[in-house]
Amino acid sequence: MGLLSDPNRRKALTGLLTRLNTPICGMPVEWLVKAMQSRGLEVFTQSFSRKLPFPDENKERYMVRGTNVYGILRAPRAPRTEALVITAPCSPGNTNNQAVALLLALAQYFRNQIYWAKDIIFLVNEHDLIGTQAWLEGYHHTNITGMEYSPLQGRAGSIQAALSLELSSDVITSLDLVLEGLNGQLPNLDLANLFYAFCQKLGVLCTIQGKLQRNDWDTAEGYTHAAQTMMLMVLKQACGRSWGDHGLFLRYHIEAASVRGINSFRHYKTDATTIGRLLEGMVRKLNNLLERLHQSYFFYLLPSLSRFVSIGYYMPAFGLLAVILLLRALDLWVHLGAPALAAVDGVTEPSSPGVLTVLTPVVISHLTGVALYLLPVHLQEMAVEHFPVSETEAVVLTAIAIYTAGLALPHNTQRLLSGEGTEQGWKVLKLTALLYLAVLLGCTALINFSLGFILAVTLVPITASITPHMPKALYAVVMVLLSPAFTILYCVFIYQELIEAPVSVSEGWMLFLSVISQGILDHALYGSLVYPLLALFIYPCWLMFWNILFWN
Amino acid sequence: MAAPLTLLLIVAVTIRAVLFRSSLAELISARVEVVSPLNAWKRVVEGLALLDLGVSPYSGDVFHETPLMIYLFHFTVDYAEIVFIVSAYFVDCLSCFLKPLDRAKMFRKQKYALESDRYSADCLELLRSPKEMFYIPLKVAMFYLLNPFTILSCVAKSTCGLNNAIIALFIFCTLKGSALLSGILLALATYQSIYPLTLFAPALLFFLQRLYIPVNLRRSSFWFFTLQYAFMYVGSLVVITGLSFFLLGSWDFIPSVYGFIFSVPDLTPNIGLFWYFFAEMFEHFRLFFSCVFQINVFFYTIPLSIKLKEHPVFLIFMQIAIISIFKSYPTVGDVALYMAFLPAWSHLYRFLRNIFLVSCVLLACSALFPVLWHLWIYAGSANSNFYYAITLLFNFGQILLVADYFYAYLRREHHLTHGLYLKKKDGTEATLVLK
Repeated sequence: MGLLSDPNRRKALTGLLTRLNTPICGMPVEWLVKAMQSRGLEVFTQSFSRKLPFPDENKERYMVRGTNVYGILRAPRAPRTEALVITAPCSPGNTNNQAVALLLALAQYFRNQIYWAKDIIFLVNEHDLIGTQAWLEGYHHTNITGMEYSPLQGRAGSIQAALSLELSSDVITSLDLVLEGLNGQLPNLDLANLFYAFCQKLGVLCTIQGKLQRNDWDTAEGYTHAAQTMMLMVLKQACGRSWGDHGLFLRYHIEAASVRGINSFRHYKTDATTIGRLLEGMVRKLNNLLERLHQSYFFYLLPSLSRFVSIGYYMPAFGLLAVILLLRALDLWVHLGAPALAAVDGVTEPSSPGVLTVLTPVVISHLTGVALYLLPVHLQEMAVEHFPVSETEAVVLTAIAIYTAGLALPHNTQRLLSGEGTEQGWKVLKLTALLYLAVLLGCTALINFSLGFILAVTLVPITASITPHMPKALYAVVMVLLSPAFTILYCVFIYQELIEAPVSVSEGWMLFLSVISQGILDHALYGSLVYPLLALFIYPCWLMFWNILFWN
Repeated sequence: MAAPLTLLLIVAVTIRAVLFRSSLAELISARVEVVSPLNAWKRVVEGLALLDLGVSPYSGDVFHETPLMIYLFHFTVDYAEIVFIVSAYFVDCLSCFLKPLDRAKMFRKQKYALESDRYSADCLELLRSPKEMFYIPLKVAMFYLLNPFTILSCVAKSTCGLNNAIIALFIFCTLKGSALLSGILLALATYQSIYPLTLFAPALLFFLQRLYIPVNLRRSSFWFFTLQYAFMYVGSLVVITGLSFFLLGSWDFIPSVYGFIFSVPDLTPNIGLFWYFFAEMFEHFRLFFSCVFQINVFFYTIPLSIKLKEHPVFLIFMQIAIISIFKSYPTVGDVALYMAFLPAWSHLYRFLRNIFLVSCVLLACSALFPVLWHLWIYAGSANSNFYYAITLLFNFGQILLVADYFYAYLRREHHLTHGLYLKKKDGTEATLVLK
């Protein structure tokens, strides 16, 4: 006895799928409300609106207004203290046009079972991540992103786990698991293991990062494949955006994962019934949990679905990189502390330049960082008036302009310091900058390991070895090529290579610009920390090292 | 000196004013490292609301400030921000002014010691000259006003700033030589939080030194002055406590304030050492461990006073540092108070051995506190052990800092009397070891 073993239900599901195959403008709120009510759920709606700081060219939206519809299946005999969420984003056009049907079929099946101990919330959200954010903020009574939403009329208790479905065709060849969430947060590894176990049990092909598993993991090709999968996960985690609707749940300590159906050119297809059985199995397992998932790792990297790299393996690699900075700082400290040997004949060197000479480059670098953070969004109207660009282009190009303008700074701050360029001066500045970078990278790696690691790999070698006594032109070029902006550019190209869709230079450049605009939007809409971290902390730190290179 | 000081004051006011009006103020007042159940502004507002309703502010175990503090805020609650900024200024203005007082006395002492050949001949470079000490008041003011810990504490409107102001006033009156005022202010500081009780010993030693009374238990002059000072101190304490009783009409404040400080019932995480232990402990042993932890704060007074009886000003610094590390609900405002005094001992810099390690540890821990709090409370990926590890590391760094300064001080004293370049009996170079 399983889902849809009843032929009537199978017919109803096929009918639903056919009806939903037709494109719908906007979301059919009344129809959804009626459909859910007829299945015995308590249905509520929530309307929300948000004005983006600048138009989003990828999704072509600026002023977003929408409605979320959710139905609560009350557990028949349990107190209403815990809940599970199954969500299907309702996007315009053909993306994700089958998931809502599957959701409704599941709701109908679940309604007839008596073993539910937690309430199940079936959420259909509009405008994907923005809708999910509005719903979560309404559910938890917070308002961290400045969204306007109507308060939720119905609630179901503390949410223990969530699953997000994305299904664009009624038959699929494989299911893709998406784990990376906002700010690189990952759900408990148990959730990924649960999904993989069910896929194997039902004979469904499952993938991670869009790549299939290989069994020959001890050969060179297998190893390369696994390394590529892991690199993809690192890149996706580092960019800090939520790669599925589940990503926003993680912030509220709700374990969540996204399941995406992929229809490629294989002979063996799986139909919606099997997917339904898989999801039913997963939800039943989650229903039986006595406590939130916490037994397995929260910090891991997946080279494949059956193997993982835990934090105990990858953190020492990062630790060793950070130790380089600390050792360099210690070396500088010892050099600064050793008494000046030139003071033999009583001619003493001028005493240490004091805090003020170091303070000026630090303050100016940080002010540039603040300008990089605030000005692109605030000056977009002025930029659009004077230049023939759209708002999005104005924001991105302003950011790049401020970033490049920062490179001209050393020539100006030197004049401000009125010739205080002593040997001691740059050493003190480098000591401060090295310690600052070490602490910054450490804190970043704790929250988002991939971001911290990528920044460490590109920044540590050059910053540890930089001094004003090197050939300035060569090292200036190297420093610019290893700066945070170029790191993003390389990551874009590497990512495209890894997903087997390599791009040409001009396409890569356009992708890079869209990545920057997405980063700024993610920060404004969902509170992603990558853009403020790079603009307010990493970029000023890099500028301080740039100052040291041009110290005269 | 006046111009840089004025510039410093203006910069400090600007920073605080900007932060008060920004959205960060809400965020900072909620952080556990900056406010504790004893000095949070939220609780002061709650107590004032209860007082306005006619109910005792101590009912409900929310409010733990002293009655005099309630009445101070009763009249100034609309100007609370100004009160806190002014109290911050109190501290550094006082530290500015107390430096010259200390200096004159110290130069006199140095001169006498030199003339009486008590200092050895080759330690001239260890002596402090007026020139190098000219900027110390400005540096002390800068260390206090521009210290991020002080700024955070002020913006969060934690009453720690007022406690610091009272202690600074007490130090000022002590150094000025007025025993009565010093006794009254010490009583006020003890009344606020009990731990400044340990500052009685250094203040007493300072006055004895000032009046040239030798610290000898068999001399009657010693006992006479001690009893005088103790009488002034205890008397003021009794008067202040009685006044509090009459202000509120009940003795409720004693279990709510002092009982709370000693028995540590609230186990909200903070930067201190108590909360984790007491959360793990069985009820059966709670009394025993409370006593052990509280004795730890008071215990160091006796050996330190014996060792530093010639140097009461340094003893005051050590005592304040020990109180801020080992008290039951420390916050970063307490840490800022003793850090402000570090420039006064800048001549000890050459003898400090661990200053790099200490600065790195304190800097890294200050940055890691909010990160691990986020990972524990919001992301759920860490647990209390991570946060307590950082707390332990932070306190370890502080203890290392205090111990390092103690070592440097003693070493300098040793060099002054025995010469800078020490030689063993057979003429080879010797090294100094602190046992």
